[in-house]
Amino acid sequence: MDIFLQQVLNGLVLGSVYALVALGYTMVYGILGLINFAHGDVVMVGALTALSVISTLVTAGLGLPAPVVVLLALAVSMSVCMALGFTIERVAYRPLRRAPRLAPLITAIGVSILLQTLAMMYWGRRYHTFPQIIKATRHEVLGATITDVQILIVLVSALIMGGLLMLVHFTRLGRAMRATSENQLIAGLMGVNINRIISATFIIGSALAAVAGVLVSANYGVAQYTMGFMLGLKAFTAAVLGGIGNIGGAMLGGLLLGLIESIGAGYMGDLTGGFLGSHYQDVLAFVVLIGVLVLRPTGLLGERVAERA
Amino acid sequence: MTTKQRGITRRNVAVALAALAVLGLASCGKKEEGVVKIGHAGPLTGSIAHLGKDNENGVRLALDEANAVGVEIGGSKVKFELLSEDDQADPKQGTIVAQKLVDAKVAGVIGHLNSGTTIPASKLYHDAGIAQISPSATNVTYTAQNFNTAFRVMANDAQQGKVLGEFATAKLGAKNIVIIDDRSAYGQGLADEFEKAATAGGATILAREFTDTTKTDFTAILTSIKGKNPELIFYGGMDAQAGPMMKQIQNLGIGAKYLAGDGVQTAEFLKLAADAAEGVYASSPGVPLDKMPQGPAFAEKYKSKFNQEIQLYAPYAYDAMNVLLEAMKKAGSTDPAKYLPELANVQYQGVTGNIAFDEKGDIKGGGISLYQAKGGKWEYIETIGG
Repeated sequence: MDIFLQQVLNGLVLGSVYALVALGYTMVYGILGLINFAHGDVVMVGALTALSVISTLVTAGLGLPAPVVVLLALAVSMSVCMALGFTIERVAYRPLRRAPRLAPLITAIGVSILLQTLAMMYWGRRYHTFPQIIKATRHEVLGATITDVQILIVLVSALIMGGLLMLVHFTRLGRAMRATSENQLIAGLMGVNINRIISATFIIGSALAAVAGVLVSANYGVAQYTMGFMLGLKAFTAAVLGGIGNIGGAMLGGLLLGLIESIGAGYMGDLTGGFLGSHYQDVLAFVVLIGVLVLRPTGLLGERVAERA
Repeated sequence: MTTKQRGITRRNVAVALAALAVLGLASCGKKEEGVVKIGHAGPLTGSIAHLGKDNENGVRLALDEANAVGVEIGGSKVKFELLSEDDQADPKQGTIVAQKLVDAKVAGVIGHLNSGTTIPASKLYHDAGIAQISPSATNVTYTAQNFNTAFRVMANDAQQGKVLGEFATAKLGAKNIVIIDDRSAYGQGLADEFEKAATAGGATILAREFTDTTKTDFTAILTSIKGKNPELIFYGGMDAQAGPMMKQIQNLGIGAKYLAGDGVQTAEFLKLAADAAEGVYASSPGVPLDKMPQGPAFAEKYKSKFNQEIQLYAPYAYDAMNVLLEAMKKAGSTDPAKYLPELANVQYQGVTGNIAFDEKGDIKGGGISLYQAKGGKWEYIETIGG
């Protein structure tokens, strides 16, 4: 039983990260109908920026307490990513807003490759070790173990997702975002500044990406310029699974994908008598995705309602 | 197609041919006397780019030295030029860059780094009659294809897997073992050979688990392994995965010993796994740098030139290049057809030891060394064979 609980915990941690990144995909899709493939790479930039800040602060020998260092790094990394998200939208997507839908999709892939290459030039090709300045203490829960960092990941993700829902549903900005996603033209006529709302969406999404980047690297201890690609792909899958464009769907999809992967990899070998091993973990995740999409093409929670943003 | 259109096409072809001829003449005119191109291929981008660059540095060092001294082959001075290609550790890309090197008419190739890229590329080099020496591809298949152009300067997986399997059962006394591999030609090949030797040594393989080279999260398979309670976990794969994996093993509180091959016996692994690396066993073909005949001197030379530490295979890449030069000098020619017989019979005292090839192109009597991570360093245990 403790093994099963452990797998659920593993899935929960993995899923929280997927959900956090998936939010960025789903927010942009909700408003623009655009799949921002560069989002995974913004996560990477967030992680590597935080890493640089932490290394600089630690080597500078200012003797700052660990939580202050982490918060500073997070603040810098969020600012960098917010600026990056704003710039990407301004430079690569806004000029193409009235172009056929394929055009911004291609520039998105282009931006993704550009970001990876720039990061490779700046940070180099090697794996960077993420400094573990917060000691990863283990906790035993009913026979399963979880570390501080992992608890932090689940908590922070839950808080951010809750905060985002509040923002979208109970603030002026949120109402404007929902209006924009409903119909840009009409929202514009009603006095909503469409460009500002879209920029705000990218800025918020990129800030979340920075947080996700820092959490992921703190948990696994590594960061590298290619780390955003696979993570982005999985998060995108999670967003589609939950119903792309729907914030609650991104959370549900992320958690589900994490659980499916973890439980699938953990039990597939034993259940099939070694016929299907843990190398089918991604296959299983995508089979579930295909199954869901065949039965519900809009995803689990995806409905074309005013709620998407 | 109408006659008129065909006429236009023909004229275009003629123009194109003329242009090509002019270009060809121009490039002939520019070509320096006695420049010999040497190819290198390895992953210069992607998750193990640090190892690819390391190999490239090894080759570059050897060539720069040769150029500085001024090598004479067949009575005329020769200047070497390095063409380094990025195969991204991807078999597909591996054949593309191999074709590029073949088209560039290189006199020989040092590479590739991974077994997965070296094997498909070796067919192209063989068909073009170009000698290939891999510094680090250890999969058995590479030299088992009966190619007279394929050589390697490192002991293969059959030798390494066997030593690891025997070490696990005889020295570490492991009876219950779980094997993880990364599904690459190298990882899987090594894991297969390890399984054979460990089973022969009386151990039971409780499970075989799999991952791949893009992953950093292994908690699912590790949790499943924890439930089986093995005494030893064997990993066939590279440091980029083993580092985070070791951390997760520590976090999950798995007490099993951890054993891996040369892909993990790196400085990078120690950094990635940090304190979780403590006690990990790993092997490496050949002997440790400080036990190599000219190891320390080479390390110093490397550091002063590239301003960084040797990652892993640079001494082998350096030796591979020098062995190739030796064969060229002996044959008095940089034409592969002429120097290949000399290469097959070469006797060369390199940085890593004495280099000679058997009839398949494998290095004769390559030893395998075992190490354990202690206090953030790889501590040498012993060398088996060699």
